Amino acid sequence: MFQNQYETVFILTPVLSEAQIKEAVEKFKKTLTDNGAEVVHEEHWGLRKLAYTIQHKNTGYYQLFQYSADAKIVATLETDFKRDERVMRYLTTKLDKYSLDYSQRRSKGLIGKKNVEPAKADKAEATTEENA
Amino acid sequence: MSLVNDPVDRKDTARKKYCRFKKAGIKFVDYKDANFLLKFVNEQGKILPRRLTGNSLKFQRKVSVAIKRARHLALLPFVADGLK
Repeated sequence: MFQNQYETVFILTPVLSEAQIKEAVEKFKKTLTDNGAEVVHEEHWGLRKLAYTIQHKNTGYYQLFQYSADAKIVATLETDFKRDERVMRYLTTKLDKYSLDYSQRRSKGLIGKKNVEPAKADKAEATTEENA
Repeated sequence: MSLVNDPVDRKDTARKKYCRFKKAGIKFVDYKDANFLLKFVNEQGKILPRRLTGNSLKFQRKVSVAIKRARHLALLPFVADGLK
């Protein structure tokens, strides 16, 4: 069966305790693995400030999963998100060859979360200076 | 003051626009990188037009999709005041 790579980011409510978050994350991970998906990479961004309020909350726990799976699994996972009231937001994207390359480099830490901005910014700024 | 029309020095204004993604060889615009996307929105959080950013159409589309995804995940605001 042809497998696609997907990336899902979701936001959990900040009212949960550490253990509850772990439990929720495990639950969704289990949903993925039970349905035959292989989790390639995961990231826990921790408590972050939201750019606008969602459900009267200003912060949220971000979690990222990158997995290769059959297309049906996305629907299963998203139904789970909808039924779970701990999840405030979710977004699933299919990875094409460029984003796949990017996320591979990202997961290896070549463009780590902290390095992404300066690296790109430096490039952009350098080019502006050249032109100036 | 002479009455002759002196040539105006417009060196500063005649800078050619270019697409920074093509120039830097960036193939993928990441929606998770809110700080980077901040370059392509104005103070109110609106997406800047190509006329100002100089992006090629291909990358302007990618940027705009990335910004919209970031907005959905509350990484960027839909509306803001004094973002910069």
